[in-house]
Amino acid sequence: MVTTSLFNQQLGPASSRDQQEIDNFSAQADSWWDPSGPFAPLHRLNPTRVRILADLFAGHFCRSLGETGPFSGLSLTDVGCGGGLVTEPFARLGFDVIGLDASEENIATARGHAEVSGLKIAYHVGAPEDKNSPDGPFDAVVALEVVEHVSDIRTFIDSLTEKVGPNGILVLSTINRTLKSMALAKLAAEYILRWVPAGTHTWSKFVKPSELTHHLSHSGFTVRAIQGMGYDLATGEWQPCDDVSVNYVIAAVRT
Amino acid sequence: METEVIIIGGGLTGTTLACGLAAQGIQTVVIDRIAPVDGVSPSFDGRASAIAQSSKIALDGIGLWPVVQGKTEPIREIRVSDGPSLLFLHYDHADIGDAPLGYMIENRDIRAGLLHLTQETTGLTIAAPAEIVEMHRDDSMACVSLKDGRTINGQLIVAADGRGSATRKTAGIDVTGWAYKQNAIVATIDHTVSHQGIAHERFLASGPFAILPLREGYRSSLVWTERTALVNSFMALDDDAFLNEIAERIGGFLGNLSLVGPRFQYPLGLQVATSYTDTRLALVGDAAHGIHPIAGQGLNLGLRDAAALIDIIVDAKRYGLDLAHHAGLERYQRWRRADNLLMAGMTDVLNRLFSNDVRPVKVALDVGLATVNNLPPLKKTFMRHAIGQVGDLPKLMRGEAPG
Repeated sequence: MVTTSLFNQQLGPASSRDQQEIDNFSAQADSWWDPSGPFAPLHRLNPTRVRILADLFAGHFCRSLGETGPFSGLSLTDVGCGGGLVTEPFARLGFDVIGLDASEENIATARGHAEVSGLKIAYHVGAPEDKNSPDGPFDAVVALEVVEHVSDIRTFIDSLTEKVGPNGILVLSTINRTLKSMALAKLAAEYILRWVPAGTHTWSKFVKPSELTHHLSHSGFTVRAIQGMGYDLATGEWQPCDDVSVNYVIAAVRT
Repeated sequence: METEVIIIGGGLTGTTLACGLAAQGIQTVVIDRIAPVDGVSPSFDGRASAIAQSSKIALDGIGLWPVVQGKTEPIREIRVSDGPSLLFLHYDHADIGDAPLGYMIENRDIRAGLLHLTQETTGLTIAAPAEIVEMHRDDSMACVSLKDGRTINGQLIVAADGRGSATRKTAGIDVTGWAYKQNAIVATIDHTVSHQGIAHERFLASGPFAILPLREGYRSSLVWTERTALVNSFMALDDDAFLNEIAERIGGFLGNLSLVGPRFQYPLGLQVATSYTDTRLALVGDAAHGIHPIAGQGLNLGLRDAAALIDIIVDAKRYGLDLAHHAGLERYQRWRRADNLLMAGMTDVLNRLFSNDVRPVKVALDVGLATVNNLPPLKKTFMRHAIGQVGDLPKLMRGEAPG
């Protein structure tokens, strides 16, 4: 047994996979589209992050939202797509979309839902650094609420940036590592409000914007925009805000 | 067939919603048991509606107002009185600006206007007359099967099928409320003296009696609230005797009166749905709430539901979201339920206060309302409520593009 694990560590290529995380998500893969199931908090957050990204893309690609298929002719890959909560809206907005996820169960759910929704989306099982993962280049690469679940963030970011086309854009969203995020995203969400199952997040894996910026610049990318998202207790809705101390979106382009 | 939104019920709220959605490029199908032309006949609906200023702006936004404008009568004043003579509250549109307090229009004229508009609108399909045999809603899609064999797939089902909404019942959504032990007798009259755009509301012992000005000055719609036990005997009177009962309640200020068309009666009650939404389902208009007609607000609330839902659906479409996404439906419910409950509560209290013959209560009310009349800021607040200028208005009602 010792030999096997040694073999994996020494001879396997660098991987962003965290098998424990993948297993956690796989176990709940049937529930991705249940708005009152284990992914309920993500269903609340989803419209807000999709709006922020769509507005960013409209600006970056000089397209006008409100028209039919505003992003047609452009390609996008959604890395860590889960059940396809973000993948589907961007397919509806006209992008040629490829969804990628390390969990086979997630991809099966995503494929099934896209078919019923009548959406053409290519889904692949795998991590972005895998040899057989779609290379692109893509006009847009997104990984939302993913970096806090990967094992090797440098490998992960490197493999994402490699997929971004010359005039493309990379967008990440995650949770900041602050006292506030410890209180809200970890303790309140998992143990008090019970929004997500306890153990969904590991606070030490949350990522500061400065760390993301550092990794991105190492890969030759410059941060273009950073946007906080805050939960309004009165309305139960997420809103874009200036405060990036908990949830935030970061967009970067080639330097 | 494939569509985006399936509306069940082609009445005033449902069809207005359909036209508003289709105008924004949302594929919409309306299903109704009755053929649209049957809804326009004089024997189908004898009521008239008060269109609040904000509703008028919304109807303008969807293109209906230009079609029906010639059939409307601006309400310039509202006179509220206790019995035929004692005036104690007077609303004049000049108190709050140039716009009228609202517009009166016969429902069949709205229905005819909507029918015309649906024929002009692309992206809108009317499946009527049609009978629903099966309805399916899940996390991925919604589907309605018709008796004629057609199947309609969409993202969102809207229940606009009225007070007794079968869609609401099938979804297992309960209603709470109570009957008022009052019915509304509705009739249209012609008169020889002009109403001059003034609406009258008389608080009689049996309940409020409203005289509402219709177009061209010499026609009015009456809403006579009567105790349920007495309604059948009034409805059974011959035209002359019925007209005498009306003349007694109106007094002589409109000159000679004559009846136009049939009379109608409607049971009154307050009813609110315990939830406005379910998986891929939203309730609008009377399917979600039914209130006393005392303030003439029923249709206005339905139109606000429709305009709010248009905002939410257009926003979802703009951002590629599922049109029935959970956060959007929750927002709809939070937005509309508070506003509708407030109005339901206000009309309930008003009706309870005024439908009585207890002298001390009446005197207290007279003093109270005279006080309101003498306090312009308070009166303006009341008026703004009545004309729909308070609260978080949907964009269509602010004269803006939805979304």
